Amino acid sequence: MHDELKLLSGAMVTLALATAGLVVLPFIQLKAVPPPPGLKAYTSAQLRGREVYIKNGCIYCHSQQPRDKAQAPDDTRGWGRASVAADYFYDKPHLLGTMRTGPDLFNIGARQPSADWHLGHLYQPRAYTPGSIMPSYPYLFEAKEKADPGDRVVTLPPGFKPVGKIVVATQEVLDLVTYLQGLDHTYPVLEAVEPKKK
Amino acid sequence: MDTVTILLSSFVLSITGLFIFIWSLRKRLFDTSSAAATLIFSPGEIGRGEEPSATPAQLAGLAKRVPSDTHATLTAEQEAELARELALRTDADKSTAFVSFVFLSCAVVWLIVGSLAGLTSSIKLHEPDWLVSQAWLTFGRLRTIHLNIVAYGWAPMSAFGIAMWMLPRLLKTPLIGARFAVLGCMLWNAGLIAGVGCIAAGINDGMEWLEIPWQVDILLIVGGSMIGLPLVYTLQARKVDHLYVSVWYMGAALFWFPILFLIANLPAVHFGVEQATMNWWFGHNVLGLFYTPMALASVYYFLPKIIGRPVQSYNLSLLGFWTLAFFYGQVGGHHLVGGPVPAWLITLSIVQSVMMVVPVLSFSVNQHLTMRGYFSKLLYSPTLRFIVLGGMMYTASSLQGSIEALRSVSTVAHFTHFTVAHAHLGLYGFFTMVMFGAIYFVMPRVMAWEWPYPSLIAAHFWLVVLGFSIYFIGLSIGGWLQGLLMLDATKPFMESVKVTMPYLQSRSVGGAIMTLGHLVFAGHFAAMVLRHGPLRTGAALLHTPAASPLTKLAGT
Repeated sequence: MHDELKLLSGAMVTLALATAGLVVLPFIQLKAVPPPPGLKAYTSAQLRGREVYIKNGCIYCHSQQPRDKAQAPDDTRGWGRASVAADYFYDKPHLLGTMRTGPDLFNIGARQPSADWHLGHLYQPRAYTPGSIMPSYPYLFEAKEKADPGDRVVTLPPGFKPVGKIVVATQEVLDLVTYLQGLDHTYPVLEAVEPKKK
Repeated sequence: MDTVTILLSSFVLSITGLFIFIWSLRKRLFDTSSAAATLIFSPGEIGRGEEPSATPAQLAGLAKRVPSDTHATLTAEQEAELARELALRTDADKSTAFVSFVFLSCAVVWLIVGSLAGLTSSIKLHEPDWLVSQAWLTFGRLRTIHLNIVAYGWAPMSAFGIAMWMLPRLLKTPLIGARFAVLGCMLWNAGLIAGVGCIAAGINDGMEWLEIPWQVDILLIVGGSMIGLPLVYTLQARKVDHLYVSVWYMGAALFWFPILFLIANLPAVHFGVEQATMNWWFGHNVLGLFYTPMALASVYYFLPKIIGRPVQSYNLSLLGFWTLAFFYGQVGGHHLVGGPVPAWLITLSIVQSVMMVVPVLSFSVNQHLTMRGYFSKLLYSPTLRFIVLGGMMYTASSLQGSIEALRSVSTVAHFTHFTVAHAHLGLYGFFTMVMFGAIYFVMPRVMAWEWPYPSLIAAHFWLVVLGFSIYFIGLSIGGWLQGLLMLDATKPFMESVKVTMPYLQSRSVGGAIMTLGHLVFAGHFAAMVLRHGPLRTGAALLHTPAASPLTKLAGT
């Protein structure tokens, strides 16, 4: 049993060290960080929209973590100041993302406040951004002969409407747009909680 | 808490622990003739390679003596002794035939489904209006389905199948408790099918690598624990004193993975940025503490076995094991360079990423020295080709990873397709290649039937090598250009999208060729299972078809 004990205890010690470093210490360090005064909690419509964002995998092409000016020109692109841990106080699960096949969305609400733009863009991204490789999401909309009372009709640039029909937004996509419009972290924060040591 | 203290103490602790372990394991480091390395051979077997997937012509080629081969000719008495040892090994093989067959069959099915999902996702990136009317076919879901099928279907099923088969050979005892593993396999697959269904339906936990809802994960955890039981039982019943290095890798990995998976899936514990660090602690450790050790265990067994020569330096392999265990666990933070995470954590991860050079070089040097003088065997062994190439890709992907973790490189490569190419170099170029080789070795023993069409093995090899080269080279270039343009504030963001188009298309071409290779492999696998093909008589087999797993299944 000599070898097995050495093997298992060693393996567990190494994993414990890694877990302490990457999970437990951040937990202790960040647990007490309060939300910035300018950050509002999500409304229930925004939370529903956030679920739509998650279930359609928006995170695989869009990050939500602008980098510092010193590292990358994210700020110049209008993506906002470098985010800090406190900005994510209400985020469960986190949606930081690891890809920028499309732009960062942490401040898309401030950059693009128009619901019409968002709805049209989700229906057909290439109607607004030629050359975009974002998928279109026709399944979040309904093509109808004529609008019923209460329907949110989507205004589309000429040439992108289905022939003889109008496009109506589903509740799902309306929630998603509410969430995107709410993505606005332009309020000021104190410099990063963690003093950067050079 | 002072962060510099945390960082320093963690680092010092790692290094100290590492040296204590190495010291306790071996007082004579870098000894070239360690007895432990010969554990996987029976007395007198060194110099005789085992290669069940080779044709008689290839076997004759393999049997040619290379200049560095110094083995002695055996007397009749020694030959008889060797034959007895080999008969015992046959018993060990028989005990694992059915359970390995179940795992490997599942693996092949997931490989095909996963490839198709991956290929479709790849095409969608340059044809964004293709297949958009069904929610489950949207890029965000299909890509995730691809990842989960490969990460929790193909990879673990093949790794478990190979591990189950290797263990009894390494411990010189029949496998005990195989039925638990088969039941565990069923639960695991049921969990994965449910999980993939959930993702397709839009029910997911929202974190990369952890999309499967935690409620469904319970099936995987229970299944995984049952798969681990035979390991424990067989270890207890082992008939060897010393554990060969492959057992170390597999044993540790099989304990690491459930802990990683359990902590990562704890509901209502993780929050905000802490959840992000946990996410990448998990994401990277699945690769580093599960797939990597499983594949390395296979290389350390099959490579010496095929060429009939023990690994050059057994101690180097143990150094590789412990340094991997220490450094790899802490590298995950490099996925968040520039993110809103504590600065000390990023620094820690970058340091440990660079330290990964130690285990990687100790493996690479060892593999090279073991193969030195034996490279001609690559001509004759279909299995060896996959395994040696896979081993080289381990070196390549890990060194690339160490460089990629550096802040200046990460600034360009982060958020781009470059990272995607890198991930595939590890999981495909290294892990999957090694598993292909291992499956070609194992299946003739499992089925007591030879691979019916040896030329298909070569076709499979060249298709995946060609396809993956196109995939990797194209996507790396495209990703790097994408990163450079994204950093250029004078260029609009759309430039960074447009520049990737030809490379995304080349990725689909490469992916299609890889998928074709997988179809060849799966077809060949099915033909073998169904006992198709010309019956070849140059038996590379240790035991006769009478004891085949299928007849055993039907009979008892």
